[in-house]
Formats: sequence, C-alpha cells, structure tokens
Amino acid sequence: MNKSDATNQYVVFKLKEEYYGIPISYVKTLEKVTDITRVPNAEEYVIGVMNLRGEVVPVIDLRLRFGFEANEKNEDSRTIVLSLDDLIIGLSVDSSSEVLTIDDENIDSAAKFINSFEDDYIKGIGKVDGKMIILVDIHKLVNNKLETD
Amino acid sequence: MDMNQYLDIFIEESKEHLQSMNQILLQLENDHADIGMINEIFRVAHTIKGMAGTMGYTHIAHLTHEMENALQLVRSGEIKIDSAIIDVLFQCFDKLEKYVDAVESNGNEGDDDSTELIELIKNTILKKDTEIIMQERSDFSKNPTKLKVDSHVENAVKRAWEKEYNAYLVSVELNTKCMLKAARAYIVINELESIAEIIYSSPSIEDIEDEKFDLKFQFIVVTKADDKVIKSKLKNIMEIEAVLVDDLRENNILEFDKTNKDTIAFEEKSDYDDKKLDDGSRSVEKNESNFDEKASKPKIGKTVRVEIERLDNLMNLVSELIIIKTRLEDIDSDGTSTNMHEATEYLERITTSLHDAVMKVRMVPVERVFNRFPRMVRDLAKELGKDIILKMRGQDTELDRTVIDEIGDPLIHLIRNSIDHGIELPSAREKLGKDKDAIVELIAYSDGNSVVIEVTDDGAGIDIDVIKKKALEKGTITSEEYQAISDDDAIKLLFNAGFSTAKEVTDLSGRGVGLDVVRTKIESLGGNIEINTSLGKGSKFIIRLPLTLAIIQALLVKVSSERYAIPLKSIKEITTICESKIRQIQGNEVVLYRNETLPIKRMAEVFNIKEEIKDNSEEDEKLVVIVKKGNKTVGIIVDDLIGQQEVVIKSLGKYLVNVKAIAGATILGNGSIALIVDTNSFF
Repeated sequence: MNKSDATNQYVVFKLKEEYYGIPISYVKTLEKVTDITRVPNAEEYVIGVMNLRGEVVPVIDLRLRFGFEANEKNEDSRTIVLSLDDLIIGLSVDSSSEVLTIDDENIDSAAKFINSFEDDYIKGIGKVDGKMIILVDIHKLVNNKLETD
Repeated sequence: MDMNQYLDIFIEESKEHLQSMNQILLQLENDHADIGMINEIFRVAHTIKGMAGTMGYTHIAHLTHEMENALQLVRSGEIKIDSAIIDVLFQCFDKLEKYVDAVESNGNEGDDDSTELIELIKNTILKKDTEIIMQERSDFSKNPTKLKVDSHVENAVKRAWEKEYNAYLVSVELNTKCMLKAARAYIVINELESIAEIIYSSPSIEDIEDEKFDLKFQFIVVTKADDKVIKSKLKNIMEIEAVLVDDLRENNILEFDKTNKDTIAFEEKSDYDDKKLDDGSRSVEKNESNFDEKASKPKIGKTVRVEIERLDNLMNLVSELIIIKTRLEDIDSDGTSTNMHEATEYLERITTSLHDAVMKVRMVPVERVFNRFPRMVRDLAKELGKDIILKMRGQDTELDRTVIDEIGDPLIHLIRNSIDHGIELPSAREKLGKDKDAIVELIAYSDGNSVVIEVTDDGAGIDIDVIKKKALEKGTITSEEYQAISDDDAIKLLFNAGFSTAKEVTDLSGRGVGLDVVRTKIESLGGNIEINTSLGKGSKFIIRLPLTLAIIQALLVKVSSERYAIPLKSIKEITTICESKIRQIQGNEVVLYRNETLPIKRMAEVFNIKEEIKDNSEEDEKLVVIVKKGNKTVGIIVDDLIGQQEVVIKSLGKYLVNVKAIAGATILGNGSIALIVDTNSFF
C-alpha cells in the first residue's frame, strides 16, 4: 500500500535544530536566497520582497515568525515559495533538501504537546525513521496576519 | 461534454444583444410608430431565445419567447405600442439582464421563472391569451430505419424487458439552421439521461460531442417512463426538427448483428446494471452529478475583444523583436560598438512600439460604460418628475480595460448627483426662463497622456455660500477659515467625507457618502477630479484619468543604500536646501522656500532606514524632492538621485496590503526590486 501521491508528501526544512514539513502541494519552487528588498513599515518577520522571475513575492523569515532569533543567511539558506489560493509567499528557512512521504498513521496530532508558543502553527508531528518532523499549518501561518489586519 | 466553452461566448453575446435592445427601447420610447425598431427588438429577443435555448437556460428562453409573442402582435399591427407596453418591455429587459448576470456569476440562471412578468406581458399585451402552439412537424419517415446493433445491446434490451422496463429507439433530427449541433445534442442527451438510461447511440457519444454527425442521431434507451414522456421532454428543446420514439418491443427494428457475438463482451455486459436500473442508484448518480456541478463551477475570466488588426500589429512587432535578437547575437561575435549601439536603439524602438501595441489591445471604448446611462437617466427623470435630455459625446474614446471597469460607479454617482441636486423641476426652470428640458452632458476625450470625462448639467449650480455655512456648522472649517476661504477651496470641501448639502435625504443622494467616495475611487485609479460651477447656470465635473495604469514615469532616488521610485507626475520640482534653514514648528520640520512654508519629511525617517554613518555629516546641502497633492506641497529629503525611468508597477501582493507609504514595487533593469513611494501619504 504505497500511496505516494501528493497528499502525503512533505517538503522538509530545517529551522534551528528542528525539522519541519509543509505539504508539497503548496510548494511552488525552492529558491536559493536572492536579493531581498526591505519593505519598510511591514511586520518585523516580513524581511522584504524578492524578484521571482518577474513576480514580486513577499518573504517571511520563519525564524522571526516563530519567535527565534534571526541568523545570517548562508549557502544552505533556502526560500520556499508557497502558493496558496491566490497568495504567493516566500518562507526563508535555514536549509531544505528533501521531500518525504509521511503516511497519516505516522502523524501524531499536535494536541499532545500544548506547551509551546508555536503550537498555533503546528498541525501534527510526523515520524519518519526515528526523526520527528513538525508539520506546519500553512493556512494559519499566513492567514493569522491577514485576519488581524 | 463541457458546456463551459460556450459560456463565455454566450455571456459576451447576450450582453451585446441586450445592450442593443436597451438602445432600441430608448429610441422606441421617443418614436412609438417606428415598426423597424419593433422588428429589431423582435430579432434581438429571438436571437437571445435561440442562444439561451442552446445553453439550456429555459427561463431566459421562456421569457424571450413570450416577448416574441407579444411583439409579433405589434408587428402584425394588431396592437399599438404605448408607454405601458414599453415599460413592460423594459421590465423584461431588466429581468433578462439579471439572468445574464446570474449566469455570469453563478454559472446558472437561477430559479426565478418570471411567472409574474410573463403574466404581466400577457395581461398588458396579449389581451387575449394567445397560446401559440408549437407545430408538430414530422418529416421523419414513418418507417424507421433498421438499426444494426451488436450483442451487448441486444442482451441489455432483453434484460431490460425481463425487468419490465421499456426499451425505445429514440431518433432525433435537428433543424438545418441549428448552429451548435453538438451542444444541442448534448442537451438532448442530458434530457434523456434524466429519465432514462442510454444504452446505445448512433453515432457514438464521442462522435456526437465532436459534432461528427449530420442532422440525425439515434439512441436506444431503457426506462420506466413511456414514449409520450420522452417525446414531450425532447419537444421542449429548441431547434429540433422531429423526434421519433419507437418501442423496440412493438417494432422489430433492431437487426442484431449475429456475426459479432463474442462471449467476453457478453460477460462484460451481463453485469450490466442491475443496480443502475434500480431506483436507489439513481439518487447516487444524482449526487455525483451535483458534485460535478459544484466542482466545475465555471470561472469566467475578464475578456477583451480585440480587432484582428491590432493583433497583427503585435505579431509584426514580435517578429521584429526576434530579428533584433538574432542581430544582437551576431554582434556578440564581431563586437563593434557602433553596431551594438545601433542595435540597442532599434531594440528600444521596438519595445516602445510593443508597449504601445499591447496597451492598445487592452483598450476598450468608454461606450461600454456610457451605454448604461441613457436608461438610468430616463428612469431617474421619470421618478423625479424632471425632463432631462442626456447628450453623450466621445463614446469611442478608449481607456484601459481595468479603468473602464472601475469608472462606472463614480460616473453613476456624478450623474445622479447632477440630476437630483443640480437640475431643477420643470416648473422652476420655466420660472427662471430656462428651457423646460434640462440637459445633462457626458463627454469623453483624450488629452495628451490622459483621458478626460466631463459630466455637465445646466441646472442650479452649486451655491458656494451654502457649502461654506455647512462646513462651518459641521466644524470642517473654523470661522476664520470661513472668512478667508477661496471659492475654489470651498468647492473642494464637497469632496470631504460626510458632506452633503442636500436638504432632504432621498433615495438617490444626500447621505453625504457621495463625492468623497467618487474622489477616492478616481484617485485610486491615478486620476483626479475638479468641479467648475456657476450659480444658476449649472456645474461641470471634470475627471482626468491616466491612459494606463501599468507603466509610469518615475524618479529613482537613493536613501542610504535603498532605492525608491517616486512617480514623476506627483513631483513638482527638485531642489537643494540647507539643513541649517530647517526650522522646527510644533515638532514638524518646515523650511521657508520661495517665500512659502514648505513642510519637510525625511525619507530615511518615514521608512525607518538605518543611516549609514557618513563622515561628511557637516555637509549642509540636502537634496529635496518636492511632491504635490492638489495645491499642497511637501519636500522629501533624499540622499541621492539616480534618474528618471519608465517603471512597470507591480503590486506587493495580497499578503502585504496597506503598507504605509508604499504604492507598489517595480523590478529594475538589474533584477532587483525598488519600492514605489505613495506620495499622498506624506500629506
């Protein structure tokens, strides 16, 4: 029973020491860090806008979004460009290299760990080969800001 | 088969037809006797009926059918057109417009079957209830052709008989005038499937969908319903010449193809649909089809009709672009700089023309917006008891499609304002020695890089004193200002939010949510609005709109290491001032420039730009870009000027809405992004 359709595949990325996952269906492209133009007066975690082949795409630093300290971008840094509904947005992460298939039975619901500030954006914990992967609720991550506006 | 591919055409064309119907109705109102107009409306109604029928919009078809019946009587001279009839026709028109709008937004025409309106047509026009009976023509040969079918079908039919279902051969012949044969056949299939199970079709369903058939097609269906039901169902579909339903039991018309008996097929078919014929399964099917409908809810994109000539021009320019590309590649190998220079110049010329050409493709005549006004003015005039003549000029002036879509509401507002506030009642006009018929004029023309739309009325004009008093009452201005304010400035008070001088609040206007909304809308389109008025003689609203929104001239400036673009049209001038001359007044920085006080804003502060530590801090001269909004000016201190450039405006996207002082972004030649400054936010 090997269902490897898009529904249970996740793009996995690293932030500090942890691994996170985003459903692959939302991911448009994975970019190396390019020039980013700062947008003044925007939220702190919005580090600016990038030029994605002629399109202006806002970029969020996930470290800042999750309340971690910022870091210097380096060779490994990646921008994951998401497309949800008609919104295109970039997430800046420490590194990202793989796509994993995580079946539903290997996902624990987030309700078990209600003690962290980032809970809000966690949909569940995926377990693959003894590694824990935090599955991010993209809609909450993006929409919370839109609603509070 | 997908009907959606026809949907766009249907909407676009019905709108055009409705538009012409509207115009004719308005003309007809002025000249009741013109039989040519009646013929025209008849023709339009007929066309719409045909199209709606094809698409399966029965309510529209039904209503237009009734209109046709009514108009037929007028055409034949049995009844005379009077204003009551025209009112009914207008109501029909409104209803049709509603249907088409519903189709556009929801993909279906809705449930309203306009019974009342049809009753009204019958009562008003068809004094005697003339039921026009559809003629039954049967050109079909009464001897049905023998149909060759293979064993699956034979078995299926036999099984159906065992289960006491009826099996029929349904033969349909389309009218020779039928335009969209495939679509029509699709409707037939749909209708049949709602009551029966189609087990065989000739030609095959695929061929029918691809329109690979002449005029006739045949189905074998099994159903519980009897032949009369099938016949009546199909009779309701338009453009069908004849329908023949034969019971397979009675007429031995099937010629079973014995040669092609193969057992596998038999096996396959033998599990044919015990369940499908059960009634329980039908509901399942229905659910499925409901789901499909939901999923395939058509998304209708905005379209622009483009003259083929413009596309040809575009095509030519693109081919030139390809030529210059090859030329540039060649230069790379021989590498002389004069050649290079020539080539870039050529390239520049082509891109400019290309830009023009693309812009032209996006242009639509303002007629599209203007068209709805005659009707609106007529209704308003009737409602308010005023006599108004609407004159329109320059309908062929072209504007960008996006602007056209946005400009309608502000114009409606202005025209309503003019009619409601501006124009006096006929009796009052006569007393004043004015012509009883007031004139509202709508003029569009292009002026340089912008398009001007003027709304003029010859009504009472705007009483500036009333505005001033009202503003004083509301506290918009102080009593000193009341004394000092110029007429021009006083008129501009009208554009403040919540300002209305109408003595009574009517349905139309007077709530004070009018002109400020109009102004905001127009400014958001990059345009501006002015009022000229003369008491007792009338007023004129002048709207100035940019030809296009997407590309502007901008000044690129540098602040610290960041680059920003300031739209050139909001820049008044660029100058230098001495830091030491800047004074603080109540926490605001101000400088005296040409004997006027000029507020000063520092770009670095507004945008929280970290100053680079410079050792030339003793430098006193500052570069100031003076921007204007109306007749107010503000000086913005920047570090450096980069130069003037044509920039393409891109939005920052939905995620970054309402970022303070930023209007958008643009991509520079080197691929980096510069933000475009919203200078209005500096005031």
